[in-house]
Amino acid sequence: MKIVACIKQTFDTEAKIVVGGDGQISDEGVNMIVNPYDEYAVEEAIRTKEKDGGEVVVVTVGGDKAQEALRYCLAMGADRAFLINDPALVGADSRAVSVALAKLLSDKEAGFDVIFTGKEAVDDGAAQVPSQLAARLDLAQANVVTDCEISDGKATATREIDGGSETLELTLPALISAQKGLNEVRYPSLPGIMKAKRKPLEVLSLADLGLSADDVASKVELVVAELPPARKAGQRLTGEVDEVVAKLVQLLQEEAKVI
Amino acid sequence: MSIVVCVEQRDQNLRKITFEALSEGKRLAVASGKTLKALLIGSGVAHLADELKKYGVDEIAVVDNEALAVYTVESYAAVLAAYIVHETPALVLLGHSAIGKELAPRAAAKADCGLVSDCIEVSSADGDYLFKHPIYAGKAIGSFKVAGPTRMATLRPNVFPIEESEGAAGAVVDFAPEIPAAKVTVTGSEMSSGDRPELTEADIICSGGRGLGGSEGFKLIEDLADALGAAVGSSRAAVDAGWREHAAQVGQTGKVVSPNLYVAAGISGAIQHLAGMGSSKFIVGINKDEEANIFNVADYGIEGDLNKVIPALIEKLKEVQ
Amino acid sequence: MEFAYTDEERMMLQMARDFAEKEVKPLAKEVDKEHKYPAATVKKMGELGLMGVSVPVEYEGSGMSNICYAIAIEEISRHCAATGVIMSVNNSLACDPVKIFGTEEQKQKYLADMASGRKLGCLGLTESNAGSDAANLSTTAVLNGDEWIINGRKIFITNGNEADYSVVIAITDKAQGHRGLSAFIVDLDNPGFSVGTVEDKLGIRGSSTAELVFEDCRIPKENLLGEVGKGFKIALTTLDGGRIGIASQALGIARAAIEDAAAYAKERVQFGKPIAKLQAIQWMLADLSTHYEAARLLTHRAAYLKDQGQPFGKEAAMAKLMAAETAMKAATQGIQILGGYGYTTDYPMERYFRDAKITEIYEGTSEIMRLVIATNILK
Repeated sequence: MKIVACIKQTFDTEAKIVVGGDGQISDEGVNMIVNPYDEYAVEEAIRTKEKDGGEVVVVTVGGDKAQEALRYCLAMGADRAFLINDPALVGADSRAVSVALAKLLSDKEAGFDVIFTGKEAVDDGAAQVPSQLAARLDLAQANVVTDCEISDGKATATREIDGGSETLELTLPALISAQKGLNEVRYPSLPGIMKAKRKPLEVLSLADLGLSADDVASKVELVVAELPPARKAGQRLTGEVDEVVAKLVQLLQEEAKVI
Repeated sequence: MSIVVCVEQRDQNLRKITFEALSEGKRLAVASGKTLKALLIGSGVAHLADELKKYGVDEIAVVDNEALAVYTVESYAAVLAAYIVHETPALVLLGHSAIGKELAPRAAAKADCGLVSDCIEVSSADGDYLFKHPIYAGKAIGSFKVAGPTRMATLRPNVFPIEESEGAAGAVVDFAPEIPAAKVTVTGSEMSSGDRPELTEADIICSGGRGLGGSEGFKLIEDLADALGAAVGSSRAAVDAGWREHAAQVGQTGKVVSPNLYVAAGISGAIQHLAGMGSSKFIVGINKDEEANIFNVADYGIEGDLNKVIPALIEKLKEVQ
Repeated sequence: MEFAYTDEERMMLQMARDFAEKEVKPLAKEVDKEHKYPAATVKKMGELGLMGVSVPVEYEGSGMSNICYAIAIEEISRHCAATGVIMSVNNSLACDPVKIFGTEEQKQKYLADMASGRKLGCLGLTESNAGSDAANLSTTAVLNGDEWIINGRKIFITNGNEADYSVVIAITDKAQGHRGLSAFIVDLDNPGFSVGTVEDKLGIRGSSTAELVFEDCRIPKENLLGEVGKGFKIALTTLDGGRIGIASQALGIARAAIEDAAAYAKERVQFGKPIAKLQAIQWMLADLSTHYEAARLLTHRAAYLKDQGQPFGKEAAMAKLMAAETAMKAATQGIQILGGYGYTTDYPMERYFRDAKITEIYEGTSEIMRLVIATNILK
């Protein structure tokens, strides 16, 4: 089996967000990690390989620093990695990213059986690349998956939907986007970290993929980012339990008008 | 040109987010001089068109086909993309629901449109639209522009007010695009039991955290939720401890909710939790730790033992209702 | 001079931090309160390669640098200093002497077991009358045919209650003084061995500190580690390396105290503003952070020298001295910043305080560190 995991390098979820003078988010001094949902994707890819054999290829679109994220996945147990890095992809939207990934996976790295991605990235929170990539590769897809079984050219996936869950059967090749709960992500072992240094990590430009800057033109532009207005502490209700509760119910009825 | 709302229905019931999207679509159509159209996809759904007319829809395109009886993102996205190509609307709106958040990007790729997900505000000016979407788990708000001619957006549930509107034609037209052979079959589904509303569309949510002390502690939260007609949520700590399903988790790695009222009991209010519920209209915090961070965001804070406060609150609610 | 992390150091840091946050931190309070050896965590650390960080891959270690080792110990100790010392002792005091002085057979037989985490190691050096004066031992090893017979009692042995193997220093020739000491590898699954008193301690309560009792404990002749008469040198070399581990453990405690105190100071409002706005608090945190960073540079430099095969004894002593005193100071002032709350068990600050103290004592007291440093610079 050829198993692909698509990842994104994102800010550490603990990172403090600073908006620069240009109205864009500053990444200065920010600790970068593998998007947490993508870690579930990489883990599932490795587990699938461990069960059925084959190889795990990790791919990302990003700058030089994104190599660190790929190395981390190699240390977890992936076999090979690709970084698509091109000046024309700076500030790329989901369209641009999915076009570049689709080209790699339909051309140079064609012939995969399954693609795993995270259900969304914790930075832009858009959840677009998995579905756009599936569309561009004309793949069956299952999103927000919490359980996945691959056998006999099929994937059986249980996914979260509003108010419940559903189970899908997909013909391979297919794309699965991972939700928390799909698996428990391993830590890269120390020997794994040492081995990762020697695993192939190839950096590709758009030209290497046979794409032009126009092909990956973004349609969505972040005009400006702002910090949200801080939420202010309201009033503290004090006193005996009965008084406090009566006061709260009164406020909810008369001031908040929510009950 | 038009603004199109892609209607969401489940088992032939319209979802609340559709009314929110239609209401916002109408406001934007009026502001930017567009017509409002609705795209209704499914099987045996034509009768739902009447309900949609209440929101000032000029035209309702119905795609009624047995092959669409069961939702799959492939088939529905193919229909939506075909409609976009056919109609070239200025703006397409969907809900940022489980369906909308996959349907919109798949259709956007097929129709080659730009899409902004999870918008909390859409405004029109000079023939263009500006979309506000929380990024970095709500730690920042981005304002986005989308290159035309067709822009797409999904709207965060419970943010856009529902408004009915009169005087539009509400003409029903059929639309019959080709529907691709399915590579996916839905083999089963399981809806959470009970009558409680779904977390992301609930008006009121009662959430519990570590302070409940165990899964039995959630009985209190459930009782309070039932007294309020609320959905039940959970902090990450309670999910990690195995007291609650992950589907109930509110926060950075769980659901993002914006109810009118959010009651956080035994939840300290870590930044990751606030990322999921910080846009709630009113927040009540109940915690025994006077320093708990939840009190920094709560409109009404009660410092005390939730085992005493919640039963008393339930009693009081029963009294006044 | 290069201050950037290499790829492997960065990944190691991220992995160890993640592991500590998710696996070590949630248990730390219970481990301390219940004096509970974190067996499951140690097993996981073994699987990840943390129990033999700088042991070569052919002996089932991770083949990483001592800088990586220092980083890992600090991250684990950031959340649980007891878990940190269990790891440090196995790596530095048990694996290291076998790695440096052991025969190929000894490495295959003992080092691989300890480096992989299948077995736990300890070092039997200290006795009731031989603490800082490490040469004043009374445990004896007598060669009898194909066996050494060991008799004596070792005290204050970290990991002593759980260890499977111990490196033991004993007298083989009383007349020769410290040149009459030799080192042995003892499989503790031996009828002549028993665990004596297990100490009840102020801190690092999740790691055992036990008495090793040898009564006619017969071990194979080939379990002599290094040459006869080299025991004292082996002990000192081992302790030099151990100090990098303990310095890193102290760094972890210091960082815990500083980070927690800073977080608290930003939240705690008194006189209408967070106490972090008060210069008195700011100066404490500024000084502590400076000491921490300085101690960390010393520690990593000592580790670097060890990686390069250069003498590092003085640097390791400096690192341990400074890191231990910084940890103690950070925890003391940390409690001060938290005030009454810091004195309660509601916050882990009091645990950092109790855990910090031992770093000024074991594997060479701060006084011995100063002696080592002075001897080096005055020679």
